[in-house]
Order: sequence, then C-alpha cells, then structure tokens
Amino acid sequence: MSEDRIKKFEARRQQLKNMNDEQLKARFWELCNQIVEPMVDYGRKYTSQSIERSVLLRMGIDSVTSQGVVSRINEAGLLGKGAGHVVLKVADKHKVDLRAAAKRINEDKTALEGLF
Amino acid sequence: MNNLDIKKKIDIEEILNNLENYHPRRKGWTWRENVDGGYKVEKFHFKEMTKPLKNSVPLPAAKYFNNIDPQPQPVITTEIASGRFEDDIRRMRMAAWHGADHIMVIRTTGQSHIDGLLEGTPEGVGGVPITRKQIRASRKACDLIEDEVGRKINFHSYVSGVAGPEVAVLFAEEGINGAHQDPQYNVLYRNVNMYRSFTDAASAKKVMADAGIFQIDGAHNANATAKEGWSVMPELLVQHGINCAFSAAVGMPKSQIGLSTVPPCAPPSPKVWYDLPYAVALRDIFSEYKFRAQQNTRYIESDIEEATRTHVIDTMISALTSADIQSTITPDEGRNVPWHYNNIRGIETAKQTLVALDGFKQLVKIDRSGPLGEMVRDIKERAICFLEEMIESGGYFAAVEKGFFVDSAKYPDRNGDGIARDGKGGVGAGSIVERDADYMAPVCSVFGHNQLPAGIKKPCDPIDGCTLCKPEKIAYIDEIDQTDNCNLRLAKTVEYRKGRMIKPEAEWAGDGTVLIQLFVPEELEVARVAAQEIAKKMGLLDPEVINAQVMHPSEGTFVEVKGKVDFAIDRTTLKIPPKEVMLSEDEIRDGIKKIGLKVVAGTVGEDEHSVGLREILDIKHGGIEKYGVKYHYLGTSVPISKMVDAAIETGADAILISTIISHNDVHRKNMRKLDELCREKGIRDKVMIMCGGTQVTREIAKECGMDDGFGRGTKGIHVVNSMVKILKEKKRI
Repeated sequence: MSEDRIKKFEARRQQLKNMNDEQLKARFWELCNQIVEPMVDYGRKYTSQSIERSVLLRMGIDSVTSQGVVSRINEAGLLGKGAGHVVLKVADKHKVDLRAAAKRINEDKTALEGLF
Repeated sequence: MNNLDIKKKIDIEEILNNLENYHPRRKGWTWRENVDGGYKVEKFHFKEMTKPLKNSVPLPAAKYFNNIDPQPQPVITTEIASGRFEDDIRRMRMAAWHGADHIMVIRTTGQSHIDGLLEGTPEGVGGVPITRKQIRASRKACDLIEDEVGRKINFHSYVSGVAGPEVAVLFAEEGINGAHQDPQYNVLYRNVNMYRSFTDAASAKKVMADAGIFQIDGAHNANATAKEGWSVMPELLVQHGINCAFSAAVGMPKSQIGLSTVPPCAPPSPKVWYDLPYAVALRDIFSEYKFRAQQNTRYIESDIEEATRTHVIDTMISALTSADIQSTITPDEGRNVPWHYNNIRGIETAKQTLVALDGFKQLVKIDRSGPLGEMVRDIKERAICFLEEMIESGGYFAAVEKGFFVDSAKYPDRNGDGIARDGKGGVGAGSIVERDADYMAPVCSVFGHNQLPAGIKKPCDPIDGCTLCKPEKIAYIDEIDQTDNCNLRLAKTVEYRKGRMIKPEAEWAGDGTVLIQLFVPEELEVARVAAQEIAKKMGLLDPEVINAQVMHPSEGTFVEVKGKVDFAIDRTTLKIPPKEVMLSEDEIRDGIKKIGLKVVAGTVGEDEHSVGLREILDIKHGGIEKYGVKYHYLGTSVPISKMVDAAIETGADAILISTIISHNDVHRKNMRKLDELCREKGIRDKVMIMCGGTQVTREIAKECGMDDGFGRGTKGIHVVNSMVKILKEKKRI
C-alpha cells in the first residue's frame, strides 16, 4: 500500500512538472475549493445547538436561558425549525415578548406543543 | 473615567463600574497608519515605519538617538492571559507603551469543550475564562489605553471549540477585533466531531465576517505538535488552504483572513534552509491573504536568551518575506506562564529587529535561481499532491479518518503517527440536525438556509432588530459564582494597587514573585540543589530552579531560581532621593561667563582610562567646553598631588577627577586623598572638587568629601549644572 502511494505520488508529481508558478497556484486553489464544497454544504443545510443558541443571543436572550431553551427545543425535535423561529412562535401565540417566551419554554413543558 | 493619567495606575474598579452599559465604540480590525514618503525623524529616513505613538517607551539604546521610537509596519501581537483579567489589563497598558497593538487573550484550559458560554469573572488556569464581562472590561480598558498611546489596539481571542457560533456572536457584540477560527484545529487537537466542527464554523465565520473580525487560522499548531515540525511543511500549506477556501466560500473577504504561520525550525539546525523556502512558498500561494507571522514556540527551552535569539531570526524571515502581523512569544514560555516583563521582552524583540531591518528588501533580494527556487517548488508540488490524494481518498472527512494530518514524516512518507479522528466520534458527535424547509433564524449574519418571511428588508425585522443592530438589546450577566469572581480577588490586592504597600509581582498584584540569578561554581546537579538552598537562606518561599545552564561540566553552572517574598514595603518609609532639577543652558552659560570658570581635570591613580573624561570635557562630545568652561587636562594616571598643584598654579575653580578602577575601593581612597590635600594646601573652600567613574555615585562621592559625583551616563551638562549650582549657593555668581 505504502509503495503504491509513493508511486502514485511520483506520477502525480510528474503531471506538475510542466506547470509554472501561476499554474501551480491555480491548481492548488482549484483543489482546495473542490475539497471544501461538501463542508460548506453542511454549514448551509445543518444546524447545531450552538448555532441555535447564537441565534437566541442575537434575539437578546441571555446565555443561561438560551442553554435551557435550546435544549428543550432539541428534545422536542424542533431544532430543524430554528430555535429563534420557535421562540418567535411562542411569543406570538401568548402575546409576550421574546424574553418572556424563552422563559415560558424553560418553565412550561407544554409550551412547545402544537406550534407547527 | 474618560482618560488615563500617565502618572497613575489604571483604576480597575473604575473600569468595572457601569460595565453593564458599556458598548464598544468601534468594530473591526485596524492596521497601522503608513507615513507617506517614509518616516523622517531626526537624522533618519525610515522607509517603512508607521505613524509614531503619542506616548511610548522606546528601546533602551534610544537615548543615543534622541529617544526616537520608530514603529514598524506590521501590527505587533502579544499574548496576555495570566488567569486574572484584572491583572492582565495592567500588562496590556505596559505592552501598548512598548509597541503592541494586538492583544491576544488565551482561554482557560478546557473552555473549548464547554458547550455554551461562560459568564462572570472566575479565575482561569493557563488562560482566562472568556466571558462577556471579562472581554467587555478588557475592551473598555483597551479604549483608554489606545487613547493614551495614540494608536488603535486590536483585542483578540478564540472562536473555537463546541460553542464557536455563540462565541462569535459574543465577540461581534462586544467589539472584539480579531479571533482564531479554524475548524481543523477543533477536529485535530480538540477532538471535536468533524461534521459538527465545520457546520458550526460556517455560522461562526459568517458572524465574524460581518463584524469585521480579522481571522487567524490554526495551522501553525501542526508544526508545534508534529515531532519534526519542519517535515510537515506541505501539509501546512494544505491546512492553510482548506481554512482559507472554506472561509472565503462562506463569505469572508480575503483581506480579513490571515494565515498563522511559524518558521518551523530552530538552531542548531541550519534554520533558514527550511524556514525561508517555506515562507516564500506560502507567500506565493497565498498572495491574496494576510500573514500573521508567529515566532517559534516548539523549541523553547528554559533559557530566555536562546528563545530570544531564535525569535530574532524568525522576525528577520518576516522582514525578508512579508508579515502583516508580527506575533511575539514571551521568551519565558518554556519555564512558566508568561510574566509581565517577558511580554515586554517579546514585543521589544520584534520591534528592535523590524526597526533595524527597515526597508531590508530594498537592500537584499531573495535569490530564486539557486537552491531556494527548487525547495520552494518542492513544497508546493508536495502540497498539491497531498490535496489530490485527499480527493482520491474521498475528501476531507475521509482523509482525517485515515490519519493524513500531523504525521511527522515529510509527505508522501508516513510515520503512522498522524492524528486520525472517527467521523462518528469526538465531542458533539451526532449533534447536528438538518434544517427543515421552513427553518428560520430572524437575526442578522446567519449563514445557510433561512426561510425568512417575504417582504422584509433586514433578517431581524420580525423581531424589530437583533443585538448586532441594537446593542441595547444585549443581555448582560454580571456574576454567577459568588465565591469565584474578580471583586473578591481585587479586595485582596487593593493595598498593593491603591494603597501604600509595595510588593514585587510577576503575574498578579501582590504575588510576591522574584527571580534570582546566580553562578554556582559546581556541576549541574549540585548547583541546582545548592541554588535552591541559597534562595531559601535568602528568605524566599517556595524556591524553584527554573533554569540551569552548564558553563562547564565541573567549573560551574548558571542557575535561575524563582520564589516568593512574604513581606511588603511601606512606601511612606522609603527615602527617595530628590530628582535633580537642571538649570537652563542659558543660566549655565551666564554663570560660567561671570567668573570665567576654569577647571583642571585628569584620570587619577594607576588608571589609563581617558574616554569617559574626554567626553565630559570636549566640545565635540557636548562636554563642559561647550558651555564656556576653560579646562586644563592633565592626562591619565595623574597623582592626586599633581592635580592639586595644577589647580593652584592655574587658579582653577574646580578639580575634576576620573577614577574608573575600583579594586580595593581605590576610587574612594583617591577621593578622600583629594579632599585632604586640598584642605592641607588651604584651597578647599575656594575649589570645587568632583569625581566621576562607573562605580561613583553622588552619595559615595559626598561621603568621601567631594562636592559632587557622577556615574554612568553622565554628560558634560550634568557637571556644569552642578558647578553653577554650587557657585550660586556660595554666592560667587
């Protein structure tokens, strides 16, 4: 396997022999851009509890409250809706502000039912 | 508190006051300001120096150059994180005065594995717990410090670990100017699940990009970790390339993306044969990105001077190639958590080297026609082949699983000691969730799919503004732990910071830490133990040998011992000698003219030194002649009696003797003899007698019957100032 790798390396290197500095640079970036595309796709399509807490922070909800809220939303299987989305729905439903809605999610187990 | 008083210590309690209402006055990164056409100061025309500071401490040798303090092109970084931010703030002020404008705060051990934000001001270990209160207080202090020195300060910390997106938002809200962010770092060195790491990173980078936070990657950790740092150069290009391409793909401007790069080698290897081709290859490939050149930490041992010498060469490589930011490593990093003055030493190493090498590239060129060109190409080709093999193996995630990274062999060789991570394992494994079609985040700076309501202008319209647009909405938490916070710590040190007690410190107010240096004429093992005993007998608590260097296997060892003192000095009991108030040059000239001041001068005893005295006398060196004094110079090895006879013959008003040699206190004996002889001859009340020399002080001279005495650094003006003052006292002028 190892010998095979070295042979492949030598062959790959041979392909680069006729390239000038600019061409090597272009090749380097072409490969890097190709490699990162699937990773960027994860960033576009997925979310995490940390990302959702970062949304709540931007909505003016403190870090301690956000921790509980996102955890409950995750347990309820609603993280894919977006925690901010969920808090906004609760606020609209009960006609309270965002901080009060976040508090309600932490304190009332039924707060997340029937939102979507 | 609106501004700092140079004569007063920064008031930490005042910084903490009303912190809940503080918001940063600007966001984003600031580069140094160029001076068009170069910087002209005194006799020098610097090609690349930037706008000078309003207040600063120049290099020690500046006194020979009219105290100029040129500021090089790159932003200069220092890392300050003792575990107590309240003490770090004082160090930040010292660092800024010496030329640092990028202050980096390392996080407390383990923070990268905490899934969420910390709050309050608990004490850290090996760094500071990064919380809103700590960074807000530090940024507020940096505002005051930057006004004092007259240059913007960039405040920096880390957006990594499993709470990356939250930390990025916190930093954006609080006006943090720079941050490390590299998902590969989480994967390789913090064992954060790779899918989680990149998913979070995309969100974090978007927030950073919009807030203008300058990003630094984490690739340099590979050469700090791999057994042979210089062998992993092709991989380093790959790691830099992945983070740069990923950051640009999520929308970060290239001008905001920096490579963290370290010259990977150190003497006694032929360092430049590795470091220079590597630096050139990087700058070729990454020409659109910024460079944060770091000094090497991998090979730092306990010898501060060795570290400093390596860092000078590292910085020279920056000057030969390029650096937008020159980072510094405290030279004591190999022996303890950095001490106050070692941050300053690191900064001065960078400043001194870069000032000396101003415009270096106009004088020397990198020669690519020889071996360097071949080595540069070799690194690039290996890096490209590395990327091709990654793609063939199934991409980044598969390559990490197969242990492609941080293998200590030079690619394509493998030593099998690379860091392999399981895609299903690590911290936060299985924690990412696919966004639904109706996923929504009603805030600014969101990356990726976000199904916002139709017809809105800004993403945060549904909530009437997010914290990034309306900072007053930020939820501020002061303290959570009532037993571990800065208020309790500050109460314990108030007498050292604001009271009259003085205690030495290395990291924290009142820590009492001191360092003693000694040569022990014994072999290494004996010397270490002996040095510790000596420190104990000197009264130091917890003495610990932190450096020992063999001078010769049996002749002796240089040892450094740290310890603590358990006492403090009461400032009010100190007798501080009053500072000499100099007369104006005009007053001096007038006084001398009035009586036509004449002196006789010479080096006395069996002493052939003449340079010091000639500099005091000659007009060429700004000596006393310049102010109108007539002198009669008798030469070297002059007997005291001859000095006195000459004074009588010429009717001199003063006798100036120089005595450099001080063996067996001969300098004191000569002074006493001069005083006695003048009295015997009956001229003592008519003639002023003064002595100069490296071991002479005013106090010693007066004790030995002189009218005045002068030590190192004396200039002619000090001597004439003294003579004219004495003549005025005696009412002779």
